[in-house]
Amino acid sequence: MPERAAIIEEAQRLRAGFEASGAKVVQTPVLQPAETLLDLYGEDIRGRAYVTADALRGEQMLRPDFTVPVVQMHMDAMKNGAVEPARYTYSGAVFRRQDENPERDSEYLQVGYEVFDRSEPALTEADVFVRIAGALGDLPLRAATGDIGLLKAAVEGLDTTERRKAALRRHIWRPRRFRALLERFAGRSPAPASRAALLAQADPMARMGQHVGLRSETEIAARIAGLREDAETPPLSVAQVDLIEALLAVRETLPHALERLRDIAVDLPWVAHAVDRLAARCEALARRGVDIDGLEFEGSYGRTSMEYYDGFVFGLYAEARPDLPPVATGGRYDALTAALGGGRSIPAVGGVIRPGLVLKLSEGRR
Amino acid sequence: MTIKLGVPSKGRLMEKTFDWFGARGVTLQRTGSEREYSGAVTGAEGVELVLLSAGEIPRELAAGRIHLGVTGTDLVQDKLPIWEQQVEPLAELGFGHADLIIAVPACWVDVTTLDDLDAAAAAFRARHGFRLRIATKYHRLVREFLREVGVADYQLVDSQGATEGTVKNLTAEAIADITSTGETLRANHLKILSDGLVLKSQATLFRARGAALDPGDRKALDGLRETLGLGG
Repeated sequence: MPERAAIIEEAQRLRAGFEASGAKVVQTPVLQPAETLLDLYGEDIRGRAYVTADALRGEQMLRPDFTVPVVQMHMDAMKNGAVEPARYTYSGAVFRRQDENPERDSEYLQVGYEVFDRSEPALTEADVFVRIAGALGDLPLRAATGDIGLLKAAVEGLDTTERRKAALRRHIWRPRRFRALLERFAGRSPAPASRAALLAQADPMARMGQHVGLRSETEIAARIAGLREDAETPPLSVAQVDLIEALLAVRETLPHALERLRDIAVDLPWVAHAVDRLAARCEALARRGVDIDGLEFEGSYGRTSMEYYDGFVFGLYAEARPDLPPVATGGRYDALTAALGGGRSIPAVGGVIRPGLVLKLSEGRR
Repeated sequence: MTIKLGVPSKGRLMEKTFDWFGARGVTLQRTGSEREYSGAVTGAEGVELVLLSAGEIPRELAAGRIHLGVTGTDLVQDKLPIWEQQVEPLAELGFGHADLIIAVPACWVDVTTLDDLDAAAAAFRARHGFRLRIATKYHRLVREFLREVGVADYQLVDSQGATEGTVKNLTAEAIADITSTGETLRANHLKILSDGLVLKSQATLFRARGAALDPGDRKALDGLRETLGLGG
């Protein structure tokens, strides 16, 4: 394991590289209000982040990443008319609980590069990818890419109720639940028997007994009405569901994946726009000198670990060390700026590098 | 040298544990005054009885400070994330049965499954502006379970006792708790979700995988296992 001092030096070197390319150096506090992170990521974040508390400020988390505080900082700056586009870089420690992987570090350094830019999205994406990958020199890394925007677009265009789309949208980052919902909405797996029994009653509310708790009778009645509406909604077209599953199963080099997605978009025309964005990204990457024939694309990449990334996603992995976490990850997180922006939002792309892993891999080569 | 056997220090769990060992020829007993937490072992060589709170036994096993311990599977799995690597279950003792379940108000006629709970939680958050509260003391187990099955928009609120009352008191919308009979749930107007069983638990004898054993300790451990009829 490289010395901490050496890792800090490497982090400063990487950050200086981003700074030299015009990014502004920013700092964020280590202690973050837990409420913000819990609101964004739900209770699951407690399994990944360290929570601490005091009597006055309540629960705080040791920052599990920089993205959230950097976005908050930019959204605050926007209120005061921040200059756009804006580019930031930072380096510092992040903290992750590793209850189930004791061999992984629970404190490590990250160096990041984040771009807030309303111009051509493909150019920003290519810029972030090229600068992150470029900072890693000639380490033997494998790049994996994906695009959550394709799945989002596929859901938006489905010929079904807003209620069903909202349910699917909400579970994009929970593949198991998403798939179960999709199968149910397609009529390929039955609704729970208890639901049929409930809806068979003329007045299900008659049997509720004593009401307790904050969830009111009105809310219960509203959900029953929603279930009735859903029971009468025609199933999703099986062909469309198969196409969504085909889209998620794509796993090829980028140019071949693009071909495959173009085929899928013939029958799911509402994803064509997202496929065009992927094509524009391919072109922008190629123009920046990236060998796109060597880039992998996975239709479901980033769905389990990168919540709030809602478009382009990427990760760089040590080819010979599948046991190590990715050396760098990144992607587009427009939705995060909207979630934290209080009515404002801005397209944003960023990536982070783990200098400790960079050093470990370069030492291994000597 | 001696090996240390951790046993719950009071109540039915202690008595039943003593009975279980007694039926297999190993007598455990408290010594000294009623209030003093010390004990004696007869019928097995080189075994020392350590009386502990059942909730602390998982931690002591994980640290290797006791070699054997009796506690509930629920406590071991909640407190030790990689419990299979830290402890080995030697025997289920056949008492202390308890299921960790998720329960919601019986008046929620629209909610009978986790799928319903997830949908209700989304609507609840939109309506009330905060995540649906589930009261529990089994934070890790419940969180992992709900993550696994894909329930979102909830929060866990800590409840160390009288958990069934939290719904009526409006400090939680649902609960995740140990139930042995279900009567308390019914009395508090709650019902169990049909797929809401998080864990089936019972009192179990565990061996600490990480506890140091010298040759004498190993002999004592093997001897005890043989006496108890647990291989060894």
